Amino acid sequence: MTLAARVIACLDVDAGRVVKGVNFVDLVDAGDPIELASMYGAAGIDELVFLDITASSSDRETTLELVRRSADQVFIPVTVGGGIRSIEDIDALLRAGADKVSINTAAIARPELLREAAQRFGSQCIVLSLDARRESGQPSGFGVTTHGGRESAGLDAVQWAQSAADFGVGEILLNSMDADGTKAGFDLELIKAVRGAVNIPIIASGGAGVPSDFVAAINAGAQAVLAASIFHFGEVSIAQVKSALKADSIPVRESTRLVS
Amino acid sequence: MSPTVAVLDYGFGNVRSALRAAEHVGATAILSSDFDTCLNADGLIIPGVGAYAACMQGIDRVRGGAIIDARMVASRPVLGICVGMQIMFEQGIEHGITTRGLGQWPGTVDQLVAPIVPHMGWNNVVPPDSSSLFAGVESELFYFVHSYAVQEWVMTDTDPYQHPPTVTWSDYGAPFIAAVENGPLSAVQFHPEKSGEAGLTLINNWVGTLT
Repeated sequence: MTLAARVIACLDVDAGRVVKGVNFVDLVDAGDPIELASMYGAAGIDELVFLDITASSSDRETTLELVRRSADQVFIPVTVGGGIRSIEDIDALLRAGADKVSINTAAIARPELLREAAQRFGSQCIVLSLDARRESGQPSGFGVTTHGGRESAGLDAVQWAQSAADFGVGEILLNSMDADGTKAGFDLELIKAVRGAVNIPIIASGGAGVPSDFVAAINAGAQAVLAASIFHFGEVSIAQVKSALKADSIPVRESTRLVS
Repeated sequence: MSPTVAVLDYGFGNVRSALRAAEHVGATAILSSDFDTCLNADGLIIPGVGAYAACMQGIDRVRGGAIIDARMVASRPVLGICVGMQIMFEQGIEHGITTRGLGQWPGTVDQLVAPIVPHMGWNNVVPPDSSSLFAGVESELFYFVHSYAVQEWVMTDTDPYQHPPTVTWSDYGAPFIAAVENGPLSAVQFHPEKSGEAGLTLINNWVGTLT
């Protein structure tokens, strides 16, 4: 099989605008998610994640409009996460044009939401977003966190991944809260631990600093690798990541320009 | 005049992306469940994601089978995408439950057997020389997301089909059918509307056959 390892960029969006800063030349509006999404598409990104960090529910319509505009202009898969609490939230995002939704806190509060969502919309579009951190009291050594890693959910991360897979989610977005922001590489032990427990795809997230980090994550058992700021600030390009993967005999999709 | 493409609205599938992709390559695209509109459009796209049984219920509700039959009689192109391809076969088996399909082609949609399922991501395909859908993108990768597929082509050469089918294979754990081109009826297991430039080229190739 020649299924390519996927390279994914994550854009944090607040009230329809990209936050955390994106530092590219040639951007008319560095806060416009659609312009960024198009640019990443042209740069050969395989998938995009919009993480909606909007606090107020009144801004949800702004997010839906963003997803609509994205689906209108960017012809690659888009996952939307952040603040998804109900079947109605998922339905609205999928109707707006999202290909997948990632569910985090709401699933910890009520795991049945994952089962209901997978049965209603299909496993292929339901992603568990799992914020994990080393926690000595848990059997696997990794615990589930909430509130951006600040609080423990009191769950074992590997067991939670396995439960979510049993509930029917089609993919796990595995965020290491220890590695996040360090640029010291993905948490390979975390990836291996979850890989050993589930047979659905894993997106490794948190800690990417240099191209070889992405290679290590794929070799640890991830099917996809995600990064945010190092892509946004141009520290590492999509092409560099793909070159590094290819040099290690990992299949990748080479970017192409076919239609004018 | 640009060809009209109807996207069948039966409650399943990423219809927005399918509409925009068709428009992107120059078609006039409309979302519809109206029988005559879907019958008379130059091209008809059958989208589809999710469960086979649920999709078939949706298809039946809008008389999708009758629309496709009528279009076949008139040689009017139809393009099925993902589950919209799977329902063209005789039956689908999901979670041990067998659901009748539209039976345009013989064969069964069954679970993929691979270490990691769903098959999610960009994979290559092997189109035969006779393919027109893949013209110019034979070596490109396309975006798949599915847990089920047709893994055996059971139509024989002696079957009385007017147009000999062109079958394109892919491989994930085992070979499976990635696309079929059979006269006016075409279908793809992947999502061309999500496959970047390669996918848009494929849709352009299909729209180019419409009059």
